[in-house]
Amino acid sequence: MSLNDTHAGPHAKLIYMANQIAKFMESKPHDEGLTLLASHINDFWEPRMRRHLFEVLDAGGAGLRPLVLEASAAIKRPVVAA
Amino acid sequence: MKDFIIPDRDFGTPAAKSKQMVTLTIDGFDITVPEGTSIMRAAAEIGISVPKLCATDSIDAFGSCRLCLVEIEGRNGTPASCTTPVAPGIKVHTQNAKLKQLRRGVMELYISDHPLDCLTCSANGDCELQDMAGAVGLRDVRYEAIDTHFKVKDTSGIANPNYIPRDDSNPYFSYDPQKCIVCSRCVRACEEVQGTFALTIEGRGFDSRVSFGAKTDTALSSDCVSCGACVQACPTATLQEKSIIEIGTPERSVITTCAYCGVGCSFKAEMRGDELVRMVPYKHGKANRGHSCVKGRFAYGYASHKDRILNPMIRDSINDPWQEVSWDEAMDFTAKRMKGIIEKHGRHSVGVITSSRCTNEEAYLVQKLTRAVFMNNNTDTCARVCHSPTGYGLGQTLGTSAGTQDFDSVEETDVVMIIGANPAAAHPVFASRLKKRLRQGAKLIVVDPRRTEMVESPHVKAEHHLALTPGTNVAIVTALAHVIVTEGLFDAQFIQDRCDWDEFQDYAEFVSQSQNSPESVALLTGVPAAEVRAAARLYAKGGNGSIYYGLGVTEHSQGSTTVIGIANLAMMTGNIGRPGVGVNPLRGQNNVQGSCDMGSFPHELPGYRHVKGEGVRDIFEKAWGVKIDDEPGLRIPNMLDAAVEGTFKGLYCQGEDILQSDPDTKHVAAGLAAMDCVIVHDLFLNETANYAHVFLPGSTFLEKDGTFTNAERRINMVRKVMAPRNGYGDWEITQMLANAMLKDTGGAKWTYTHPTQIMDEIAMTTPSFAGVSYEKIETMGSIQWPCNDKAPEGTPLMHVDGFVRGKGKFINTEYVATDEKTGPRFPLLLTTGRILSQYNVGAQTRRTGNVAWHSEDLLEIHPHDAEVRGVKEGDFVRLASRSGDTTLRATITDKVNPGVVYTTFHHPDTQANVITTDFSDWATNCPEYKVTAVQVSPSNGPSEWQEEYNAQAAMSRRIAAAE
Repeated sequence: MSLNDTHAGPHAKLIYMANQIAKFMESKPHDEGLTLLASHINDFWEPRMRRHLFEVLDAGGAGLRPLVLEASAAIKRPVVAA
Repeated sequence: MKDFIIPDRDFGTPAAKSKQMVTLTIDGFDITVPEGTSIMRAAAEIGISVPKLCATDSIDAFGSCRLCLVEIEGRNGTPASCTTPVAPGIKVHTQNAKLKQLRRGVMELYISDHPLDCLTCSANGDCELQDMAGAVGLRDVRYEAIDTHFKVKDTSGIANPNYIPRDDSNPYFSYDPQKCIVCSRCVRACEEVQGTFALTIEGRGFDSRVSFGAKTDTALSSDCVSCGACVQACPTATLQEKSIIEIGTPERSVITTCAYCGVGCSFKAEMRGDELVRMVPYKHGKANRGHSCVKGRFAYGYASHKDRILNPMIRDSINDPWQEVSWDEAMDFTAKRMKGIIEKHGRHSVGVITSSRCTNEEAYLVQKLTRAVFMNNNTDTCARVCHSPTGYGLGQTLGTSAGTQDFDSVEETDVVMIIGANPAAAHPVFASRLKKRLRQGAKLIVVDPRRTEMVESPHVKAEHHLALTPGTNVAIVTALAHVIVTEGLFDAQFIQDRCDWDEFQDYAEFVSQSQNSPESVALLTGVPAAEVRAAARLYAKGGNGSIYYGLGVTEHSQGSTTVIGIANLAMMTGNIGRPGVGVNPLRGQNNVQGSCDMGSFPHELPGYRHVKGEGVRDIFEKAWGVKIDDEPGLRIPNMLDAAVEGTFKGLYCQGEDILQSDPDTKHVAAGLAAMDCVIVHDLFLNETANYAHVFLPGSTFLEKDGTFTNAERRINMVRKVMAPRNGYGDWEITQMLANAMLKDTGGAKWTYTHPTQIMDEIAMTTPSFAGVSYEKIETMGSIQWPCNDKAPEGTPLMHVDGFVRGKGKFINTEYVATDEKTGPRFPLLLTTGRILSQYNVGAQTRRTGNVAWHSEDLLEIHPHDAEVRGVKEGDFVRLASRSGDTTLRATITDKVNPGVVYTTFHHPDTQANVITTDFSDWATNCPEYKVTAVQVSPSNGPSEWQEEYNAQAAMSRRIAAAE
């Protein structure tokens, strides 16, 4: 697997990255992990990246860990298209 | 009379540290000094220089030259003032008839075996032997020189067996034994200051000679690391810089800061006109205390290397040759292109990379360019690929990403734990200071897959070397915490006072789980449980415990988690907030600390304040008169992803070579190739420039004013000692670009005329820099931030009375194995690192004499792994991962464990980053350089990729002939 495979589009890599964050947050108390996962993505992911994440979420969130799906309500949907 | 540079006063012996004071009389003057001070030093403090040859204040007194004799009333004989300590009430005489006669006799003997070619000697004007002959009034020599060390042939024409010819093997200094007076200063400097023990005195009596180890060794083939300490200590022309031999003595000296690693050594740039004669470590530099390494001391020749590009260049396409143009044309071309991109693809389609090699002021301007002119937050810096997890991990736990100590702190440490760092190679001056402390008895724990020089070197041996499998840092750090918690070795009082006790309870419960025990993780880490337990006990209970760590911690999928684990260890053992302890990230580049401080990250404005904060944006909106974007920008890997995707089109990259230094070279190349305007601002046509449309020639640290901030948060002055050969300082070039962009837009022009104005703007907008000004740095020598009303003189130690975030926060550190796993195709783990003589991508050091030590990257492989593959020492091997493959030569060593291979990334021909993958730290996207599953097989030459790459690079570097 290469996350940088240009033909694969941006989603595989972002799913991977979101799940990496989730794995760290899963070792925290559930509610704290949920809040911090959302704020981590809000704080560090540029709107383009969040837009792609929402493309995955809006399509059902296949491949994302449950904590990401659960936190998605608190992730900021980018307002302006980049 | 000579009007030479006034040297830093040499007090003869080191300062004593006692608080007990002693009063004595020297030549009728009363003087009070700390107990343990030598009489020589006490005399020097009242301005009396007792003649001396074998004493200098960087090393302990030795008492061999017998020139510094004094008389003490009521005591017998004439003791050496260097080895005789002061005593209360004694009356010392440094000059009387008897002493004069004795000294003259000593000098007479020295001179009888010394060539009297002073006029043509390279040390003429800079020779202590010459000075002492003058000081003692030596007028003639009664002894006839029959047996000498300096005559090539005796009077009958037979070769003199005592004559040893000059050793010029070292690229930077000469060893000329005929000038040697065997004072041992060089040998002692090598031992005491540098800690390498490369030099020795062989023979006895008249046969005593300074020797680089074995008889067959030359300066270059010996253990010598060319730090220059011996050269600095030598009182004669015996050990001398070749630059002095070639040029002559300097006429002035300017104090400045080294532009290599994050130690940030202070140097005296010794000049003649605008020619740099030599760089000498500055005794009063607070990071280095008068010491240096081969890079800062000698490897400055890149500044005048023929490869340096001095004129701006542009081209329409990267397939075209470069066209040299005027600065105006270059700026017009660039601004037009960048504006075109913004018009077509929006303001988020461009960005910048600030340089961790440039000054604070320059980094500040580059991030300002993207925030205030491009109107986005797309700024990042090389810290992304090195210490971004430090920023996150220490920020979360302690409240600030800053290292907690100053380098002086190491003098008071009792137990040092080094994790994923090899200071002997990457932070050599700090390593020397650390080794000095270890020789005094401090204990050492090394956590590293390789047996580095720190694990075992002369007079240094780690108590515990936890030689873990790459990628298992979190498991080891958590196992150490497991032992400390379950064996009750934590400091409950400290935790209760300074941290959140409930969070600690949660954390203690987590680490106590049996899967975190050393026994459980031993299978993953490969480290015997007993070693982990012993190391944990030593760190927790061995006195002042300090942790120093490097990129072996951060450059992993779980880099941030390990940093958090390290902070947890320090907090639970109470090892924070006083000298001798702390959490100390060893920063890679000279100003990586500063570039982060200056707001180079895409989510933070200067001073580590998130762009979402309205109050913070407001400060900069007022200062800059623009609206600041409240969304985080793209990090370097995200920029490249967006470029491949087609939404990121223009990049201004200052003093950074992402194509060579960043992981997964093919992806970086694809990203750069997809952009419409890549602006490279550098000294040389680096690898990234192969994909650039604009090349802006940069200036070196010798050619501009500014400041660098080192790993101790110390802001040091960088001073212009010569005019920029490219015409402008880098800050001026960024300003030209900003103003070219602002032309016709009505935006306010930038009007800085000196970097001091930029620092004033930083101080005005950034609370931790509020008290910083050039004036204050000039007065104090250097300042450690935070420097503001609360700490007007700066802050040597952080978290003294409480953590920056209030209560220290314990965070669970669950081990998650990296997805980069070995398997049948790629059964070995590659880890990467540095070597002493080279720096980063090598753009500077490869263009100096340092190539004498390291002319290519080598693959270190264990004998077992080599044997089953049929690989012999020096063979070309193919190194392949799922990302790509390259070839390089192998060296067989048991420094690495079976299953692990290691290489450096200093040479573009090797392209080690073709191999590294796209995995990165979960929190910061810091790439996982330190773990790549690879296969090694015999090879007969460069890989297809290397050949294609070199062909492309050669095409891309063409410069069209001037019309």
